[in-house]
Amino acid sequence: MSQGVGVVGVYVRDQDEALKFYVDKLGFRVHTDSRNGDYRWLTVQHPEQPSFQLGLYAPGPPVQDAATAQVLRELVAKGAMPPLVLVVDDCRDSYKRMHAAGVEFTQEPVTRYGSTDASFRDPSGNGWKMIEARKVPS
Amino acid sequence: MPERSPQDPELLRRLLRAKDRMDVASHEEWPVERLARISHVSQAHFAREFRDAFGVPPHRYLLTRRIERAKALLRDTDMSITDIAFQTGWKSLGTFGRIFRDITNESPGELREREKAAAHGFDSVPACFLIAAHRPNLTKAVSEKRTRSAKGKNRATKKEVT
Repeated sequence: MSQGVGVVGVYVRDQDEALKFYVDKLGFRVHTDSRNGDYRWLTVQHPEQPSFQLGLYAPGPPVQDAATAQVLRELVAKGAMPPLVLVVDDCRDSYKRMHAAGVEFTQEPVTRYGSTDASFRDPSGNGWKMIEARKVPS
Repeated sequence: MPERSPQDPELLRRLLRAKDRMDVASHEEWPVERLARISHVSQAHFAREFRDAFGVPPHRYLLTRRIERAKALLRDTDMSITDIAFQTGWKSLGTFGRIFRDITNESPGELREREKAAAHGFDSVPACFLIAAHRPNLTKAVSEKRTRSAKGKNRATKKEVT
């Protein structure tokens, strides 16, 4: 695939903390981590999804003024940012592993609507829904 | 926008934790003391900061979540209103009814009836009238139209079916 969405990002309160979370606890890999003065472009990638990067961005200068950055930090911490969805093969198995790793779950796995889902947040407050992929009949 | 004072993101993150806990178990009891403990703040501090952050006092937020759940159960299940009241965390049917009306402007029974009517009310109306009724420029009520088409020996009806 050569066309399509390449990067979508989330705001995080601390890029080092976010990096640890997404890499050590969720199993993502670092794709790009480059700095230019105060600015740090940081993206991670799901090991099975090489065409997509998740950006982990810290609000603040030079992109935002201090007041705007404060509002963004508040919104993230209040859980007001858009929902994110992580698709997994086995929700209960992933839950077990991630829970043991210290991921903050806001909803344990529930089986409904023909699938199983759970919810967790990253340290900053971004909310993820973890959904089990529907088995494609072979 | 009214003047708002900034809140500490670290505090907000801990308030969110308390809100998440209420979301996932709104049927449980959530005294401020329990919530404040989750957020690691004093009770007075918690109530004030929660309201500033989420626009409603914590208790009001909990009631709203319970009513949302109750509405879903009224709509999607055949559970009795009493069972729904107790399952969503109310100790008395009277309180449930009062708060429900307070938040939704109707009683649990009225909401259930309305949702049922909305879901099944069209079953008894012939499809041709439905098509006519959903035409953008229809100005007459469906019943009037039925009378008219009967007088016109169903010509109008036939036309609408095609």
